[in-house]
Amino acid sequence: MSGPLLRARGLTKMFGARTGCVDVDLDLHESEVLAIVGESGSGKSTLLGLLSTQLEKTAGSLTYRRKDGVAVDLSSLSEMERRLLLRTEWGFVQQDARMGLRMNVSAGGNVGERLMAVGWRNYAAIRTESQDWLARVEIAADRMDDMPGAFSGGMRQRLQIARNMVTRPRLVFMDEPTGGLDVSVQARLLDLLRSLVAEGGLSVILVTHDLAVARLLSHRIAVMRQGRIVELGLADQVLEDPQHSYTQLLVSSVLQA
Amino acid sequence: MSDFPSYNFAYLDEQTKRMIRRSILKAIATPGYQVPFASREMPMPYGWGTGGVQVTAAILGRDDVLKVIDQGADDTTNAVSIRKFFEKTSGVRTTTSTPEASIIQTRHRIPEAPLREGQVLVYQVPIPEPLRFLEPRETETRRMHALEDYGVMHVKLYEDISRHGHIATSYAYPVKVAGRYVMDPSPTPKFDNPKMNDCPALQLFGAGREKRIYAVPPYTSVISLDFEDHPFERTKFDNVCALCGSTNTFLDEVVMNDEGARMYVCSDTDYCEQHRGDRKETGA
Repeated sequence: MSGPLLRARGLTKMFGARTGCVDVDLDLHESEVLAIVGESGSGKSTLLGLLSTQLEKTAGSLTYRRKDGVAVDLSSLSEMERRLLLRTEWGFVQQDARMGLRMNVSAGGNVGERLMAVGWRNYAAIRTESQDWLARVEIAADRMDDMPGAFSGGMRQRLQIARNMVTRPRLVFMDEPTGGLDVSVQARLLDLLRSLVAEGGLSVILVTHDLAVARLLSHRIAVMRQGRIVELGLADQVLEDPQHSYTQLLVSSVLQA
Repeated sequence: MSDFPSYNFAYLDEQTKRMIRRSILKAIATPGYQVPFASREMPMPYGWGTGGVQVTAAILGRDDVLKVIDQGADDTTNAVSIRKFFEKTSGVRTTTSTPEASIIQTRHRIPEAPLREGQVLVYQVPIPEPLRFLEPRETETRRMHALEDYGVMHVKLYEDISRHGHIATSYAYPVKVAGRYVMDPSPTPKFDNPKMNDCPALQLFGAGREKRIYAVPPYTSVISLDFEDHPFERTKFDNVCALCGSTNTFLDEVVMNDEGARMYVCSDTDYCEQHRGDRKETGA
């Protein structure tokens, strides 16, 4: 338990002359949920892409402390090591479940894929483990062999979470996981995410434009504007006593139901 | 040759053959790896064996004896026309006998008679990429091969078992070559997969439309992918060949009449004929 799980310093991404995000310093600790909020185009998704090594950074440094305690410079990993990390210690939940799932493979196969990718070769064991995770995200056992196309939006999103959680990752990136879901489905999904985080040692970096989701799930909030983090602090503190003028605007813009 | 004096030996010009041979050598050096090559237009449509024909043309010498089979048979359209093609353009001796041939071009079967050292088996391949079912992007499949990222291959087998209760893939059954590359053994029935393992003959695969050549050198391990609790199983037949009485060969089902009467015969016509001869001799 020494040092942060993920540490970014001066992280910058340029798209030609345009800025994606600039000079981001960020620490994520074990068992912590960090929300990145901001309006559309503020660089949230770019930052998430950089942190999850799906985008190549223009400048800055990014280190990750592995399960064995060794802090590695993520840009020094070989492609093979990076992929192994992505499917063992990390997870990525996409906003559009169709991007994160194999739509031509059954629900059970979707969940089992990561297990097979790390060397599981016993069909019965893979199936039991998949079924276990499907149950935990409240997908009935008799839907296991159905295609994700036959699932509702909320079910697909839960399936995507099971697919990521099956190898018990330490760090999960989420890009608007509740986007496009109606409020009651959204509430159940949030419940599920909270219980997964509460259960055991999971760290999450969550991108959302929904401040209510950020408040419910996260310990800390980073507010982004024009590619920079303008405010970073404890969730309640940022939402109840915003310091930066942009955060004040953002918080005061929330509609009350 | 006299009919077509303007053609080079075995149709292709020497520069093209050299290009193909370079790809073949590279393929042999990296068993199971798909080597790109500049596939030429051939005087036959894609899907009729343009890849296999180019490989055969590149390795054919004047002393070679060529056999061509289509689904095991020497006498079907594809086999006859390719055999005639090489008779005309190269003048080499052709045969239907497996032991006699030095080069065997095949569409979707491996002969029943065991192959020996010095023989070359040339496969016609429609889709060389075993990962295509799960990953449509060529850039990504090539990266997956490079990184040995083969987890998805088992997803396909998993889907089979979850849907059918057993691995229902019965042809183009994926194999791992020399412990490294996952390879599509072309649409040969999985019945033939065990014959590829540790085979004394050289096996070359040509995909004309997809412009890929790959190879399994002699005595190379070719292992069919499976699960611990659902191991690879060779297709078994409940019938015997109606013509030669073989019990251990790959059988074709032939519908005999409008009432649906069926007959099972060896798909390997040469083996079947030899076997019938044996039976007559021993019976007489």
